[in-house]
Amino acid sequence: MDLQTLTYTVVGATFLLYIGIAIWARAGTTGEFYVAGKGIGPIQNGMATAADWMSAASFISMAGLIAYMGYGGSVFLMGWTGGFVLLALLLAPYLRKFGKFTVPEFIGDRYYSNSARVVAVICLIIVSVTYVIGQMKGVGVAFSRFLETDYDTGLYIGMTIVFIYAVLGGMKGITYTQIAQYCVLIFAYTVPAIFISLQLTGNPIPQLGLGSAMADGSGTFMLDKLDMVIQDLGFGEYSEAKRLSTLNMFAYTMSLMIGTAGLPHVIIRFFTVPKVRDARTSAGWALIFIAILYTTAPAVGAMARLNLMDTIQVGEVGSPEGNLAYEDRPQWFKNWENTGLLKFEDKNGDGRIQHYNDKNPAMAAKAAEFGWAGDEMVKVDRDIIVLANPEIAKLPNWVIALVVAGGLAAALSTAAGLLLAIASSVSHDLLKGIIMPDISEKNELMASRVAMAGAIAVAGYLGLNPPGFAAGTVALAFGLAASSIFPALMMGIFSTKMNKEGAIAGMIAGISVTLFYVFQHKGIFFIPEWSYLESWGSNWFLGIEPNAFGFVGAIVNFVVAFAVDKVTAEPPQHIQQLVLDVRTPRGAAGAIDH
Amino acid sequence: MSDSNTQATAYWKENLAIIVKIMVVWFVVSFGFGILLVDQLNAITIGGYKLGFWFAQQGSIYIFVVLIFYYAKKIEQLDEKYDVHED
Repeated sequence: MDLQTLTYTVVGATFLLYIGIAIWARAGTTGEFYVAGKGIGPIQNGMATAADWMSAASFISMAGLIAYMGYGGSVFLMGWTGGFVLLALLLAPYLRKFGKFTVPEFIGDRYYSNSARVVAVICLIIVSVTYVIGQMKGVGVAFSRFLETDYDTGLYIGMTIVFIYAVLGGMKGITYTQIAQYCVLIFAYTVPAIFISLQLTGNPIPQLGLGSAMADGSGTFMLDKLDMVIQDLGFGEYSEAKRLSTLNMFAYTMSLMIGTAGLPHVIIRFFTVPKVRDARTSAGWALIFIAILYTTAPAVGAMARLNLMDTIQVGEVGSPEGNLAYEDRPQWFKNWENTGLLKFEDKNGDGRIQHYNDKNPAMAAKAAEFGWAGDEMVKVDRDIIVLANPEIAKLPNWVIALVVAGGLAAALSTAAGLLLAIASSVSHDLLKGIIMPDISEKNELMASRVAMAGAIAVAGYLGLNPPGFAAGTVALAFGLAASSIFPALMMGIFSTKMNKEGAIAGMIAGISVTLFYVFQHKGIFFIPEWSYLESWGSNWFLGIEPNAFGFVGAIVNFVVAFAVDKVTAEPPQHIQQLVLDVRTPRGAAGAIDH
Repeated sequence: MSDSNTQATAYWKENLAIIVKIMVVWFVVSFGFGILLVDQLNAITIGGYKLGFWFAQQGSIYIFVVLIFYYAKKIEQLDEKYDVHED
C-alpha cells in the first residue's frame, strides 16, 4: 500500500473509532453533558486529561522547539508539567468538593456576585478561544500536508468529527474519545522515538538514550557529540544555552505552570470524578501519562537535531567535501522541500549545503574563509523534527501514517475540551445562571448542544481566517489564564476573607496588564503597526518576553485583590462558611445535586 | 469557637504544612536545580547527562509525579485522622 492510502486508512480508522464512541456515549442529562455524570474513574480521567492537555503544540511542535533551543527549551518541559502539582495541591480537590459544573460558577458563588461570574466567563472565553485557534490550524495543516486535501477541507472534516462526538456526547462523549485519542497519540509518539534512540545509542528507552554514549563505538556521549557538532557550526552549546536570561526562563516557566493550573478546560476534567480523593490521584495519573510524552520529547529533539546536522555536515567543517552535495540529498529532504517547510538556497553556488549560525560573528568570519556565503538552509520549520522523524530514521510507512493520526488526535482532543469549556460557560453560566434561571433541564441540555455547535462554528471560522497572530497564541493563552483565573480560584479557597470587590479588581487588573504588555510589543490585537513600543530589546520589562509575562500579571492580580479587599467590606458569613466547607472532603457526594 | 471548628482549623493547618513542604521541593527541583543553580550542577555529570540539564529536562518531571502521589497519600491519612474522609 502506498503511503497516502495507508495514511487515509489509519486516520479513517481512528475517526470511525471516535464516532463509534460518540454513538455509544450519548449524554442524556446536563450532568452528563457538563461533567460526564461525575462517573469517571481517576485513571481514566488521568488519561483523558493527558489528551485534553497535550495539544497539537505538545505533539507536533515541542520537540522541534527543544531541538533548536536545547537547554532553553526546558521552560516548556517544566512549565507544562509543574502546573499539575499546583493543580493537585491547590485547586482540583477543593473545586471538586464544591461540586458544580463550571469554573465561572465557582467564582460566581464564592464571590457571591454575578459580575464576578461574568468577568470569569469573559476571561475563560479569551483564554480558550486563543487556544482553540491553534488546534484548528493544527488539524487543517495535518490534513493538507499528509492527505493532500486543501487546508479548508481538512478543517471541515475535523470540525465535523468534533461536532459529532462533542454535540452528541458532551463531556461524556469527549472523555471516552479522549481516552482513545491518548492511546493513539502516545503510541504514535513513542514508536519513532524508540527506533531513533536505538539507532543512535543502542538504548531502546529514549529517556536513557539521551544520556547514553553513541552506538558508533566512539564512546562519546550523545549529548557531548551534539554540543560539539553544533558549536563547530557556531550555534550555542546545546546542553547549556539559555533562553534570553535566567530571569526570563524563571518567569516563563512560572507563567506556564500557573497558567496550566488556571486553564478552565483542564480544571473541569477534575469535576468528572466521583470523589475528592479521586481528584487528587487523578492529577497524578494525568501527569504520569503526560510525562511519558514529555520526557520522550527532549530525546526526540536532541536526536533529530543530531541526525539533521549529520545529514548535512557529512565531513570536517570547512573541508571542501565536508558538506552534503544538494544532488545527493535524501528522499525525506525532497519530500519536505515540497511542503515548503524546508528551504535551501545555494548562496555561494557550490552545489553543497552549508547549515551554520551566520548570526554568530566569529562563525561568520570563519565561514567567509571557507567560501561560505551564509546559512543556506533558509527555512527549517521546527515542526518537521517530529513530522519527519520517522522518515529520517528510515521507519516503515505505517509509522508515518500513525504520526499523522497521532497529531490529529492531539489537536482534536484538546479542541473538544476547549469547546466544551466555552459551550458550558455560555449555556450554564450566562444562560442558566444569569439570563434564564428558570430554564428547564431539558431546554438547558438543548441550549448546551446549540452552544457547542456555535462554538465549533466560531472556532472553525477563526481556523479558516486565522488572525495574523495565530502562531504565538497558545503560549499567550497561558499568560492570560495565569493572570486572571488562577489567582481568583486560589484566593477563593485559601482566603476566607477575600471579597468580591477584591477578586473582580484582581482579575481585571491581572488580565489587562498582561494584555497591555503583549499588545505594546506585538501591536494592539496583534496588528504590528499598532504596537506602541519597539518589539525587541530595551523596552522589555526586566528583559521578560511577552509570553512569559503572565507571572507578573498574576502577581499584579494578587496584589490588587488584597489591596482592594483591605478597604472594602468582608464577605458575608455564609460565604466564609462555604469556604470552610470546601476545604474538607466529607460530603462531596451531596454537593452533586443542585 | 466550637469544638468542630477548632478541629477543622487544626486539619487545615496540618494540610497547609504538608502543602508548603511539597511546594518547597517542587520549587527546588525545577526553579532551583533546573534554572537558578543549573550552571553549578552542570559541573556534575551522570552518564552523558549534565546534572542541571537532567533536572531541567527529565528529573523535575519525575519528581513532580512523585510529589502528587505523596500528597494524595499524606492528605488521605490526615482525612482519616480528623475524620473528614469520604465514606
